[in-house]
Formats: sequence, structure tokens, C-alpha cells
Amino acid sequence: MDAGAFRKTGATVGYRMPKDKPSKRLVLSMPLLSGHLPIATITDVIMRKRPAVLLLGLLAAMSTIALPPAPADGAEPVATEPPKVELVLDVSGSMAAKDIDGRSRISVAQQAFNEVVDALPEGTQLGIRVLGATYRGKDKVAGCQDTQQLVPVGPVDRDAAKAAIATLQPTGFTPVGLALREAAADLGVGETPRRIVLITDGEDTCAPPDPCDVAREIAAQGTHLVVDTLGLAPDEKVRRQLLCIATATGGTYASAQTPDQLTNRIKQLVDRAKDTNAPAPAQVAGNKECAGAPLLSPGVYADREKISEHRWYRVPVREGEELRASVSIALDRPVNRDYGVLLRATAADGRELVRGTDAGSERTDVLSTGLRWSASETDAESGPPESGAAATEVCLVVSNSFASPVGADGPGMPVELTIDVVPASPAPDAPGLGRGWLLLLVLSVAGLVTGVISGWVTRWWIATWRTN
Amino acid sequence: MQMPARPEHRRRYLRVAVAAVAALGAALMPAAAAAEPTPSPGATPVNRAGTSFFTATPVNAGQPVQVAGFTGDYLYWSISGSAGQITEIAMTVTLPPADERSGPSTWTVDVFDGLRRRQACTAGAQTPTAAADATEVVLGCTLRRVRSWAEPWSGDPLPGTYYIRLSVIDLPESDIGLPIQVDMLINSRDGGSSADDGELKAPLVPAGKPGKIVTDAEEPVDPSASPSPVEAGSDWISFDWISFDWLPDLSVRWIWTTVGGALAAVTGVIGFSLTWRRRR
Repeated sequence: MDAGAFRKTGATVGYRMPKDKPSKRLVLSMPLLSGHLPIATITDVIMRKRPAVLLLGLLAAMSTIALPPAPADGAEPVATEPPKVELVLDVSGSMAAKDIDGRSRISVAQQAFNEVVDALPEGTQLGIRVLGATYRGKDKVAGCQDTQQLVPVGPVDRDAAKAAIATLQPTGFTPVGLALREAAADLGVGETPRRIVLITDGEDTCAPPDPCDVAREIAAQGTHLVVDTLGLAPDEKVRRQLLCIATATGGTYASAQTPDQLTNRIKQLVDRAKDTNAPAPAQVAGNKECAGAPLLSPGVYADREKISEHRWYRVPVREGEELRASVSIALDRPVNRDYGVLLRATAADGRELVRGTDAGSERTDVLSTGLRWSASETDAESGPPESGAAATEVCLVVSNSFASPVGADGPGMPVELTIDVVPASPAPDAPGLGRGWLLLLVLSVAGLVTGVISGWVTRWWIATWRTN
Repeated sequence: MQMPARPEHRRRYLRVAVAAVAALGAALMPAAAAAEPTPSPGATPVNRAGTSFFTATPVNAGQPVQVAGFTGDYLYWSISGSAGQITEIAMTVTLPPADERSGPSTWTVDVFDGLRRRQACTAGAQTPTAAADATEVVLGCTLRRVRSWAEPWSGDPLPGTYYIRLSVIDLPESDIGLPIQVDMLINSRDGGSSADDGELKAPLVPAGKPGKIVTDAEEPVDPSASPSPVEAGSDWISFDWISFDWLPDLSVRWIWTTVGGALAAVTGVIGFSLTWRRRR
């Protein structure tokens, strides 16, 4: 494995070679064959044959350490569904406030929506939902039901969408939670993740349901819904609430303070829906113990794990194959300062094979780790007799050491598990060949020493032979 | 006996020896220190970033990345690494105006391999803290040289995908959601793969397709796949045992060793001749 071992091998070869047969032959045959021909003429011939060419060839040989080609990325999984986004706009009374560059919040939002509709990427399906747009009364119960879908999710009729946006007047309450729930229903369930862009300027005035709980609830339904939030007012309560919604669903939060920022951010989020439109992971539910745990084939899986819960999975791995697994736990809620994730692979009898672990203490979105494992020769020998190509079941267990002040009784934290089974990469044999300048030096010096010794021996031998 | 110990011969040997030593010295010189990453000419800038491992935006070395984001975003990119490569990441984050911020912020660039295992940075400011009045913060990370092979139990960097994540790990909560501009440039240089042996059969590229749960019933049981009993003795008749598997694969080592043998032969003859030439 290390360079030192190779050099050693090379040196041994170089030492043995002149000492064994060739040197003997040199001593015996050369004076006989050449019949006292001066040996120097032989070297002369060798050296005269363009030493420069020899040297150049040598250098060229040393410098051609070809770069291996970059590994080709795996074929991108193709989504069969168009990307789907729904913009959810708050049209409550507070949107009339004129505090964005002297313009009202609603007019800035209307302008941004128009630009987004114009610049909508080809193939992206967009829907628009409003909340607090129609009810003018004071009744909270009625006002908190006030959410409508302005533009249904689908291929966008630009003119119709813009006309609908133009009619919006800041009016009523702010039922964010209900609007989120309805938006999730609008987008439906499919094989690709969906995105909701929530644009609001005020706190939810209709809790319960608390919008953050609603966000957790729709995230836990396994519909792969991401809520990105945009705040239009620099208000602490609004920011907390929007951050909480975004964190719960793996989305982002931004506060827009100029019309340009708002437009660019919405465009960026709509584009992102297109860029990230890939099949969503398969849902799986890990078992409490290895026996009876779901048997996974290569691919991506999504699960939920509560704090301090252990979730087991099984993967069949054949001889000559390597198991690769990685796990990410998303921090969808505020957690205490120090945390960790542990992924262990064990044999069916509970013997640990390998583990992957990571820990942290900072603000982060996911905590992830991974492992590789392939049956080693020693393992096959000491383990129970395995029947050749039959698959061994490797148990994988995901555990975590999070602590959170909230959500203990709600759904667990989102877990993304990636499983791959590939051909094993066996440990390389000792190469038997050498490499490097030191090898050349050792071989040359060994040759020189052997030459000198054989020269002396020959002289002594000839001298003895002559006198006799 | 006629001895051709002419002086020009010695001079020629000397010249060859000097040339060889010079070549040796040149080859032993350490690789030139890496320069600042520069965008490769004609590279199209990337103005996107993913928000998770799954959606990381692929980037090539030398391709400038310019993304508008907001503080608190987690931005992901991916780059592919091959054996012998050393990847250097240089990032500049232009911070929101100081009058909108309320305190210092700490930024980090994390790098993960294709199995989402954290990778160490050997150099660079991985987690710098920007003062409350700073206008920008510079981040950097130089990764370890990618190995061509490593034991499954090791965490050494291997050929495959590498994920880069930019995030702010510590800041006053009121500073979240303000606009930032991220400029990133990745440089890959060849760190040499001379110390490596072995080959990773499949690069560490994560599976992207959704998985499929197999039930116990469908678990493939192929009786023909079980190994046939070894027929002892038959090998001696069939001559199947004559194989060249034990020979190392074609590699630069063959050239080195062959050249070494040739050099040994040449110096052997020189050494032999030296002992003879002295006799007049």
C-alpha cells in the first residue's frame, strides 16, 4: 500500500537479479566469448548509441503518469411529472401599508407576480392561492375560512392570471395555516416534490391551527412538500413564524425589502422547482429491530425518526459486493445545542460491521453520515459458512442523539436514506514491481557494485588461470 | 592486450552521469505551489445552487459560481473528484449592508463525499467570522488528495461526487433572511497518484432513483448460482492452472522496473569495465 513497501520490493528485485544467474554468466562467458576483447568497447557501443535518446525516453516514461478519466456521474433520474409550484399570497388588510420604497405591499407583490408569470420557465405548472382577499367583515370564524385558489395549478394562461392578480384588494384576516393546508391539497400527491411559496406580511391571526404545526403535519404526510417563505415586513414575530414553517418543511426563509428583491426571489424559487424536479424518495418505515425490518434495494428512501428512536433496515449483500449507505436527518425543529447521528451496519447476529457517525453543535439543516462495507476474506472465514453467491443480510440501524424542546409527540424528524450495492473493490496486491527514482538509483548502484565485483573476480580468475 | 581507456570515454561517462543526476534532481523537485484559483476561459458561470444533497447543483472546476441568496440559506453544489486530484474551493460572500445587520456572523463551508461523510479541509478559512461591520467574508477549503482506493472502513477521499455546502452557523436571529451574494470558484489540481495502488470499482456517486422495498418472498434465490463443488485433481489435467493473473496490470511500474533493470545492466558493464581499464 505505501510507497516504502514498493521501494523495498523493487530493491530486493534489483539486488537479487545481478547476484544470481546473470552475474555468474557474465563472469564465465564474457571473457570466453569475446576472447579478451576489451569490454570497454561494448560499453562504448552502448553509450555511443545516442545516450540522449535513452535519457529522453527515460524521462518521457517517468512523466507519463496518465490522469484517470473523471468518473461519469450516474444517469440523472428523469422525472415524468412537470414541476409544480403554488404561490400563496397574503391579501390581508395589512398589505395596504405603504412601506416598500413608498409603495404599498400589495402593489409590489402584484408587480412581482406579473413578472414571475411572464418569466415562467417552460413546462412549469404554477398555481396562485390567496388568503384574506374577500371577507370584509369582523367575524373571525368566517374571516379565517377566507382562502381561494385564484389560478389552478397547471399550464398557465398568462393573461387570465394577470387579470386575476390585478383585482386583488387588501381586505381581511390572515389564515396562513388553512391556506397552507389548502395549497397542499391543490398541488396533490405525485412522484416529485412540490413547492409552495408563501408570501406574507403578517402573523397568522387565525391560530389554531398554528401554521407551523400545519407545516409539520403536511411535511409528515410524505407528500414531499417544501414551503419557501417570503416576509414582506421586518417584524420579529412574522420572521419567527415563517422561519418555523420553512424549517419544518426543508424550505427557505427570506425577507424582501425592495420590489426587485421580491421579484428575483420568487423567480429564483420558481426556477428552483424546475431545477430540482426529480423523483421523490420512496417512503419506508424502519422496524424496531433487525428481524422483520424492511428489505431495501438500491435507491433513495424517506422515513421519519423520533428523537432517540432506532430504526432498522435490512439490505441483501452478495459476496463480492460492497454496501454503501448514507443517511441524513433533517433538523425540522429547534434542537438543543449538541447533537449527533449514528449509522451502524451489523450482521444478523448483532455483530457490528462498520459505523458512520457525525455530530455537531451549530445551526444546520441536516446532519448526515455514511458507510461502506464489503465482506472481507477474514470475515468469510471466521463467520458462519456462507453459501457462495447467496446474499447476506446486513442490518442497518439509524439512531440519533438530538434533543428538542418541541414536537416530542409529533411526527419524527425526516430521514433520508440512500442505499447502493456495487461491485466490491478488493485490496490491491503488493505490486511486485517498483517505481520511483530511488528504485533506479538502487538498481544502478547494485549493478555497478556487481559489475566491479565481477570484474575483480574475473581478473583474479584470469590471473590464476594464466599463472597455472 | 589492447585497452581503449581513452580519456574522452571517461569524459563521456561523466557527461552522462551529470545529465542523469540533473534529470533526477528535476524530477525530485516538489510540484510547483498552487496559484490562486482562476476561472477557466470560456466557462459558463453558474447562477444556481441546490438546497439539499439531493438537489445540489453540479459545478465544474474553473466554472465561476455567482448566486444571489439570503442569510440563513443552505446552498449546495456538487463537484466530481477523480483520483489524484486536489480540490480547492474559494468563496466570497458579500454580506447585507452593515446597517441592516445587528451583529457578527460565522460562516462555514462544509464538504461531504458521495456518501455524505464529512471531509476535512487541509487548508483555508473554513469557518470565518465576519465582524458586524464587515462587507464581505472570504471562505476557503482545500480538500485532501483523492485516493484511487481505500478500505471500506476508512474515511479517505475517493473518486466520486463531492458536496459543498455554504451556510451561516452563528448569527443574531434578526439577521436571517437578508440578501447576500455568493461568488465561488473551484480549482482542481493534480496532486499525483504515485503513492496509490488499487482501484475503486464504482465511484462514490450516490444513487438518485427512488428505492424499492423488496419483500422476503421476492428475494432472489438462485440455486444455480451456488458454487459447484471443487473437483480436486482435475486442474492438473486441464492445465487451467496456467494463468497470468499473478502478473501485475500494465502500469507505469513496468516501465520503471524495466528501465531500472536496463540501468543496472549498463552500470554493471561500466563497473566491470572500470576494473579492467586500470590494467595497462
